[in-house]
Amino acid sequence: MSTATDTHADAHEHGMSDAGYVKIAIILAAITALEVSTYYVDFGPLFMPALLTMMVVKFVMVVSYFMHLKFDSKIFSFLFYVGLGLALFVYITALATFKFFIA
Amino acid sequence: MATNELPISSSQSLGAVRRPVNTKGWREWLFTVDHKKIGIMYGCVAFTFFIVGGIEALFIRLQLALPDGRILSADKYNQMFTMHATTMIFLFAMPMAAAFANYFLPLQIGARDVAFPRLNALSFWLFVSGGLILNASWFLGGAADGGWFMYAPNSGPVFSPSNGVDFWVLGLQIAGIASLIGSINLIVTVLNMRAPGMTLMKMPVFTWMILVVQFLLVFSLPVITVALVLLMFQRSYGATFFDVSQGADPLLWQHLFWIFGHPEVYVLILPAFGIISEVLPTFSRKPLFGYPFVVFSGASIGLVGFGVWAHHMFASGLGPVSVAVFSMATMAIAIPTGVKIFNWLLTMWGGKIWYSASMKFAIGLVILFTIGGLSGVTHAVAPSDTQQTDTYYIVAHFHYVLFGGMVFGLFSGFYYWWPKVFGKMLNEKLGSWNFWFMVIGMNLTFGPMHILGLQGQPRRMYIWTEARAGQGLFNFAFWNMVSSIGSFVLAVGILLFIINVIKTARNPERAPLDPWDARTLEWLTTSPPKVHNFDRIPVVHHLDEFFHRKYVEDETTHVMTQVAKGEDLVRAEEAAADADIHMPGASYWPLLLSIGVAVLGMGIIYGTPIMVVGALVVLFSSFGWVLEPSVPEPIDFDSPSHDGHTKEIASLG
Amino acid sequence: MADIATHDTDHATDHGHHSSTGLSNNKLAMWLFLGSECLLFGGLISTYMLYRGRVQNGPHSSQIYDIPFTSVSSFVLLMSSLTMVLAVSSAQRKDDAKTNLWLVITALLGATFIGGQVYEFTTFYREGLGFTTSLFGSSFYALTGFHGVHVSVGVIMLLSLMGIIKKGKITGDKAEVVELIGLYWHFVDIVWIIIFTLVYLIPS
Repeated sequence: MSTATDTHADAHEHGMSDAGYVKIAIILAAITALEVSTYYVDFGPLFMPALLTMMVVKFVMVVSYFMHLKFDSKIFSFLFYVGLGLALFVYITALATFKFFIA
Repeated sequence: MATNELPISSSQSLGAVRRPVNTKGWREWLFTVDHKKIGIMYGCVAFTFFIVGGIEALFIRLQLALPDGRILSADKYNQMFTMHATTMIFLFAMPMAAAFANYFLPLQIGARDVAFPRLNALSFWLFVSGGLILNASWFLGGAADGGWFMYAPNSGPVFSPSNGVDFWVLGLQIAGIASLIGSINLIVTVLNMRAPGMTLMKMPVFTWMILVVQFLLVFSLPVITVALVLLMFQRSYGATFFDVSQGADPLLWQHLFWIFGHPEVYVLILPAFGIISEVLPTFSRKPLFGYPFVVFSGASIGLVGFGVWAHHMFASGLGPVSVAVFSMATMAIAIPTGVKIFNWLLTMWGGKIWYSASMKFAIGLVILFTIGGLSGVTHAVAPSDTQQTDTYYIVAHFHYVLFGGMVFGLFSGFYYWWPKVFGKMLNEKLGSWNFWFMVIGMNLTFGPMHILGLQGQPRRMYIWTEARAGQGLFNFAFWNMVSSIGSFVLAVGILLFIINVIKTARNPERAPLDPWDARTLEWLTTSPPKVHNFDRIPVVHHLDEFFHRKYVEDETTHVMTQVAKGEDLVRAEEAAADADIHMPGASYWPLLLSIGVAVLGMGIIYGTPIMVVGALVVLFSSFGWVLEPSVPEPIDFDSPSHDGHTKEIASLG
Repeated sequence: MADIATHDTDHATDHGHHSSTGLSNNKLAMWLFLGSECLLFGGLISTYMLYRGRVQNGPHSSQIYDIPFTSVSSFVLLMSSLTMVLAVSSAQRKDDAKTNLWLVITALLGATFIGGQVYEFTTFYREGLGFTTSLFGSSFYALTGFHGVHVSVGVIMLLSLMGIIKKGKITGDKAEVVELIGLYWHFVDIVWIIIFTLVYLIPS
């Protein structure tokens, strides 16, 4: 995610500049293009890890920059990420009991 | 604020009606956004459902008192136990906790209302809608009959063809939305509306427990929402989620239900824990022992509570790995609960105990919940649970923790806080009789169920026969009869409470302001509190701030000297009252929106045209709400106020 | 959407100045709501993941998914997040005209996405995948349908917001209202980021 940090040169209390947001959007679009390319190009064993990583990166970027969570009070992050964390925990556990992750 | 915004009054917003700010009588209650009135309404409706659920229980006990019972058919029996549990959990316990939380949480943190007063009213009216819809099923073709956990595919259209389950799904969905909205409301209230100086670790334990409960609700309710939606789609629109012939796995419902269902049991018990955490110190004349431990164990119970749900599924074919993991997690959660028990005991140890009715119920909780907790520990051990599950042993466990725990906690709260809410003391002597009948009744009813379970009586069985009753004197026949007699003793106990309430209402004697020499901020008000709660928002310096304003502790000798009485402190606040207090105004929209939601829901059962009508009402109410300011404009009152002082300040006490 | 003002009647909203945390009531409420929505969509996504390959009747996902089409749709929704944040930025600069411009573009992009969903659903239906056809069908439509409803509600809120701004009838801090609707909108977008990968790009 180091590419993203260069772009918030203008980060102040009310967020990035419009130019910054556009830069983030371009990065997101590029990642999306890469995701779609997995449909056309054979990534081999990298297929799943690459897709999941890109999904997570896009998710975190939208949350951190567009939703401004990176620049706001940690309390908001706590409220959201506890919800997300609980969701991941309970649903992955439940799917695990269905032997979902066993090939 | 930018100057290009026109001032807006709700009189102009939708052109039609002024908001109902000056209504009196029943209209005042219908449109109120005052947390105290809402709390009282929650309490009244919840208690009514307590009676309804109790009558359903008495029918069950009548049916099972003798072999070959003929009081209820199998079908009616299924409806009875389903509705008994559903009513008790969703229409009594949760709303009664909401009653206490609504009334006392803002008072305990020194606030004048909750963060979103109209949303608060919406939660209440949605709850009423949900409760009415759920119970309408009795009259509209039969109530739900699949057990309160409504396992699919049994609850699907093939095996539960009547509309009962549809009403159950709808009623719970609506009630669930009410609780979700309420949980967001109370969390924001606690985070943002504490009096100056009240850090989180200076909040009363009741407030803390309610906060943990709201987090449990906000994160667990969406899961049952999914389950209910999937079941609704299956039943009403032919989806295949629980259709085994299509390859569905029945365990999906179980997981979704219990991921909500387990945190739900902590939702039920933590408010009671919070109540007695106020009551025990007050009547022991000692501060709560180990406040940080009580707080952190409450938070841990909340968190770990999300990790143990499959202990409700030990016999469902999960497989040994899953069972082992959840078994261990379940044992772990006994620890923070045990911490609380020890803290309560150590609070009482060395204290000067005052055995008021409230205190009796609180001590009762500690003992009875411990008994229920011990049987819970035996369930955590998966091999022994395999014998216990789906027998009356489980029924015994959860009634000890729910009745002996939660209900006793609520009754402790009734006796404790009645003088604050109604300005009258409940009769202590009647309270004592109330308590003893409930304790004896409770143990007679649920104690034998441990034995019945181990003797092999399954749950949800509408009838038992002589042939199955077992040998000897102490068999099904004996224990079922004891249990059924016990249930009527319990009913007498509840009746004594109702008599106490009526007697108190007729008694003109006013309660003193601080009858128990209490410790927390809700007592720094008149009885009942004025509409704006505090004449002046208190500045908080201590945990148990109210106590520390009355008593000063000598640094060296640690002797407490009383420097003021509660009455003096309240009079002092009145003398220093704020000049300008603007309270949020009454509103039509919460009630109207609730009606819209109810109609929308009924449309799922009775047809799309009804859904459309409901949706239109919802849309109309939403716009009306959004365009209405929370605090009324002067023009909304009958005669405009010129000097900025609203009409909402009224001395009631 | 306001809390109690203790002094100034103009301060009908909480800018965060009078709260214990210094944060806005409304913003706290919105983040809590979004946290809870993670559990809602998590449940629907898990149901889909469990049932995606259970196709006793009707087509399998590999037979009907049109990845290029959905990719364009996803890109549209992603870009709507950009226009949304530009609307928020304009609102914070008190530029009503720009705010409304970006809001309407966001709403249009959202409506385009919905249009794409409708087209996709009707195509799938014609190709034999209905809501009741198979577990795959039920769980696919439940998940994407729920998401679609959320987007539609978002579009309605955007258009309503524009109308209310135009009429000058905002009852609170205008920039904050735009920000809050923005948070909702972005959330709906990030749910789609997950759905696009797990449902469409990863074959079952």
